[in-house]
Amino acid sequence: MSLSSSRIAFRQQSVIPGFGLTMGLTLTWLGLIVLLPLSALFIKTSELSFERFIAIVTAARTLHALQVSFGLALAAALVNVVFGAIVVWVLVRYEFPFKKGVDALIDIPFALPTAVAGIALTALYAENGWVGSLLAPLGIQVSFTPLGILVALIFIGLPFVVRTVQPVLADLDQELEEAAASLGATRTQTLIKVVLPSIWPALLTGFALAFARAVGEYGSVIFIAGNLPGVSEIAPLLIVIRLEEFRYADATAIATVMLLASFALLLVINRLQRWAELRGSRHG
Amino acid sequence: MTIDVVGVTKRFKTFTALDHVSLTIRSGELVALLGPSGSGKTTLLRIIAGLEWPDTGEVRFDGEDALSRSVRERNVGFVFQHYALFRHMNVFENVAFGLRVRRGADKLPEAAIRGKVNELLSLVQIDWLAERYPAQLSGGQRQRVALARALAISPRVLLLDEPFGALDAKVRKELRRWLRHLHEELPVTSVLVTHDQEEALELADRVVVMGHGRIEQVGSPAEVYDDPATAFVHDFIGETIALPGEVRGGALYFGAHALGLDPQGVADGPARILARPHDVDLADPGSTPFAGKVLAVRTFGPTRRADVELAGETGAVVVEAAVPHGQTLEPGTRVGLLPRRYKVFTSPRAT
Amino acid sequence: MNALDHTAHGHGASEGLPSALEQSHAYAHHGGRPARTEPPAVRIALTVIALAFIGLFIGLPLITVFYEALKRGWAAYVAALIEPDALAAIRLTLIVAAISVVANLIFGLVAAWAIAKFEFPGKSLLITLIDLPFSVSPVVAGLIYVLLFGAQGLFAAYLQAWDIKIIFALPGIVLATIFVTFPFVARELIPLMQEQGTSEEEAAISLGASGLSTFFRVTLPNVKWALLYGVLLCNARAMGEFGAVSVVSGHVRGLTNTMPLHIEILYNEYQFVASFAVASLLALLALVTLIAKTILEHRLAEEDR
Repeated sequence: MSLSSSRIAFRQQSVIPGFGLTMGLTLTWLGLIVLLPLSALFIKTSELSFERFIAIVTAARTLHALQVSFGLALAAALVNVVFGAIVVWVLVRYEFPFKKGVDALIDIPFALPTAVAGIALTALYAENGWVGSLLAPLGIQVSFTPLGILVALIFIGLPFVVRTVQPVLADLDQELEEAAASLGATRTQTLIKVVLPSIWPALLTGFALAFARAVGEYGSVIFIAGNLPGVSEIAPLLIVIRLEEFRYADATAIATVMLLASFALLLVINRLQRWAELRGSRHG
Repeated sequence: MTIDVVGVTKRFKTFTALDHVSLTIRSGELVALLGPSGSGKTTLLRIIAGLEWPDTGEVRFDGEDALSRSVRERNVGFVFQHYALFRHMNVFENVAFGLRVRRGADKLPEAAIRGKVNELLSLVQIDWLAERYPAQLSGGQRQRVALARALAISPRVLLLDEPFGALDAKVRKELRRWLRHLHEELPVTSVLVTHDQEEALELADRVVVMGHGRIEQVGSPAEVYDDPATAFVHDFIGETIALPGEVRGGALYFGAHALGLDPQGVADGPARILARPHDVDLADPGSTPFAGKVLAVRTFGPTRRADVELAGETGAVVVEAAVPHGQTLEPGTRVGLLPRRYKVFTSPRAT
Repeated sequence: MNALDHTAHGHGASEGLPSALEQSHAYAHHGGRPARTEPPAVRIALTVIALAFIGLFIGLPLITVFYEALKRGWAAYVAALIEPDALAAIRLTLIVAAISVVANLIFGLVAAWAIAKFEFPGKSLLITLIDLPFSVSPVVAGLIYVLLFGAQGLFAAYLQAWDIKIIFALPGIVLATIFVTFPFVARELIPLMQEQGTSEEEAAISLGASGLSTFFRVTLPNVKWALLYGVLLCNARAMGEFGAVSVVSGHVRGLTNTMPLHIEILYNEYQFVASFAVASLLALLALVTLIAKTILEHRLAEEDR
C-alpha cells in the first residue's frame, strides 16, 4: 500500500505499462557503464593525499600540458566562432554551385575517426604536404608544432559551431533586418545590432561545445602535435604516458582535473542552450 | 507627403504580382490597399517602402524619384505584419533604435532620444511597459510598440502591412478605432495593407481595391461599397447575390424572359446582375422571371439565407437570397427574387 | 505566411549567387539596394573565405586520405588491406562495433521509453547523465575502466581470483566503446518520442493491445528513422573510436588492435601507404554514414510535417 502510493507520488499515473522495468534497466545500465566507472576515478583520486594531488597537477610538465590543451582549445574555438559564423552566413544566405555537398562536408569531423583525421592533417600540413609545402617558404611550420594542434582542434570543432548556429540563422525572421533598415540602420549596423544579438546565444553555445570537445581531444592531435613535453604535449597524452609508466596516481589526478573541467563546461553549455532556446523561440 | 506610383510592374519568376499599377496617394490621407492574398497589395507596399524594387515603373515621393533610394534613406515608417520587434531589446530600446542608429549631424543627444521615446510611448499608451521585453507583451501591446518604433523616426509616410492580422477579433476592433484616432491626431500620410474589408472601410479615407496585380477601383469607402466599379469589387466587398442574365439588343433577359431591368450600358452578351442581399426583395413567383424553388433555409444569428434554385436556359442555378425579418419560407415553396438596387457587369460565358 | 511568401518569391539571397548578382545589377540603375543583402563584392569575398576555410580544414584532409592510400597504386593498397594483421583489426573492429551498437540500441529504446512516456522528477538530470559520456575526454573514458578492472584497479583482486581478463582484452575494448557511444541512440529517440507524446500508445492499450505489442506495433514504427539515424552515428563512432580504446587495448597486434589502432601502429612504423589504406576504409565508412544521414534527415523532416 505504502509502496504503491509512493510510486504514484513519484510519477503521474499512466495507463502505459513498463515504467518500473524500463526505468530500472536504464538506471542499472547507466550506473554500470557510466557512473560506476566515473566514480572509480574519484575513488582513486581520494586515495591520494591533497598535497600529493596538488604536487602532481602543479608539476611543470602537467601544468604545461593543461595549458596547451586548454589554451589551444580556446584559440581553436575562437577561430571556429569567427570562421564558423562566416560559413553559416554563406551556407544560409548565399547560393553557389555544389552548396549541398559543401554543407554535407561540414559533418565530416563528426563522422571521420580521429586517428584518420590525425594522419591526414599531419600529411597535409607536413613540410612536404600540399599545404605545408606552401607555408614552409614563409617560415611557417604546422605539423609537429603547437600550430598543428591548433589545426587539428579547428578541424574537430568546426561542425559544433556551424550546426548550432545554422538553424538559428535560417529561422531568423527576415522582417527583423527589414525593420532595422527601414528605421535607418546601415547594413553594418543591422548586422551588429540586430542579427548578431539574435544569433549570439547560439554562437556562444557552439563556442562552448567546440571548446569542450577540443579540451579532451586526443586522436586527431597526437599525430600532428610532435608531442614535445613542455611544448606540444596535450593533457590527454600525458595521462596516457603516465599510464604507460604505471604512474597511476599521476594519470588519475590529471584525469580528475580534466573531468571536473568537462563537468563545469557541461553546466555552462546547458545554461547556454536554455538561454538560446528562450531567445530562439519566435514569440517568446 | 504625396506618393506617386506610375506604371509599376513586378514579376516573381512567372508570377505577375503587379501589372502596370498607377496610384497617387495624397498628403496626409490614410489609404487602404484592400484585396485577397496574391492580389499584389503587399508587394506594392514593399515597393513603396524600398524593400522590393519594381521591374518597370516609377515611384515618386513629393515628385522626387524614390527608387534610387534604399529603404533606409526613404524615411518610411514600416509596421510589419508580425511586428518584427527586436527581442533582445526592451520596449524603450526598440522604439529608440531608429534614433540611436543615426550618425553624424543627425545624431540626437541622449536626453533628446529619451524625451522623444517617452513622448511616443505615452502617445501609444504603453509608457508603463518601457522596461518590458517583447516576449512579455500581448499581441496588442506589441502592435503598439511596433507603431511607436515606426513613428520614432518621424517618417514621411507610415506603411502598415496587415497590422491587425495576428490579433483576435476583439483587440482588432479596439486597435482599429485607436489607430484612426491616432491618425487624426498625427496626420502622417499612411498606407495600410489588409484583406479585411471591414477594416479598410472603417479606417481608410480612401480604399484601393486590388485583384490579380491590378487596381480594380480607388474610392472612398462609401463609393467602393455602394458603387463598385467592377464585378470583382462587388464580389470582394460586402455580400453579393449574383443573378445570371444576358444583354440582347440593349435589354436584359433571363433565358427567354425579358427582365425589365436597366442593362446599365453593358454590351450584348452574357451578363451578371450583382446586388447586395438587402437590396433583393422576395416576391410573388409570377411577378419576376427570377423564380424558383426554395431548397433550404439557413439561419446564422440574426440573418437568414435561402437557397433558391432558378431554372435557367443552361441548367439550374442556385442563388442565395436574404430572408427578411418576420417572413417565413418553407423549403419546397416557390418564390420570386426582385432586385431593387443592382449592378450589371459583362460575364464570361463560363459563369 | 507572408515571410514564407516572400522567401518563395526569392530575395537576392535565396535566388542564387549568379542571379543575386544579376538582380543587384538591375537595382544598380535605380541606385537603391535591397535591405537584406550585402554588396556583391562582400558576398563573393565571404563565399570565398568560407569555401577556402572548409577546403583547407575538411576537404583537403579527406582527399589526402585517399591520395596517400593510392599513392603506390592499387596493388600496394590491396596488399595493405589483406595483410593478416589488417584483417584481424578489421574483424575486431566489426565485432566491437556490433556488440556496442546492439547494447546501445537496446539501452536507447529502454531509456527513451522510460523518459519520454512517463513524467517523473529528476528527468532532466537523467537526460544530462545519459549525455555525460559525450563530454568526457576519450582518454579519461579509457582510464576509468583501467582504474576499475586494471592490474591495480578496484576489482583487480576479484578478476584475478576468477581469472577474468578485461583490460588489454576484448571486454575492455567493448566496454570503453560502449561508454563513448552511450548517448547516441538515446539522444536521437528521447526528443522525438517526447514530442510524439503518449496518445497513440494510450489508444493502442485502450484497444486491448499489450505493452509489448504496443511498443512493436505503434511506438517503434513511429521512431524507426530516428532509431536508424542513431544507430548509424553510433556505429561510425564505435568503429572509429581511438583514444578510449587505445588506453584499454594494450595494442597487441592481431589480437587487440582495432582499425584505428592499427592505423597508428603502421603510421608510427612509417608504413604510410598501408596506414592510409586502412584509414581510407574508415573514411569511406564516414562518407557512407554521411550520405545515409542526409537521406535519413530528409525522411525525418518529411515525417515531422
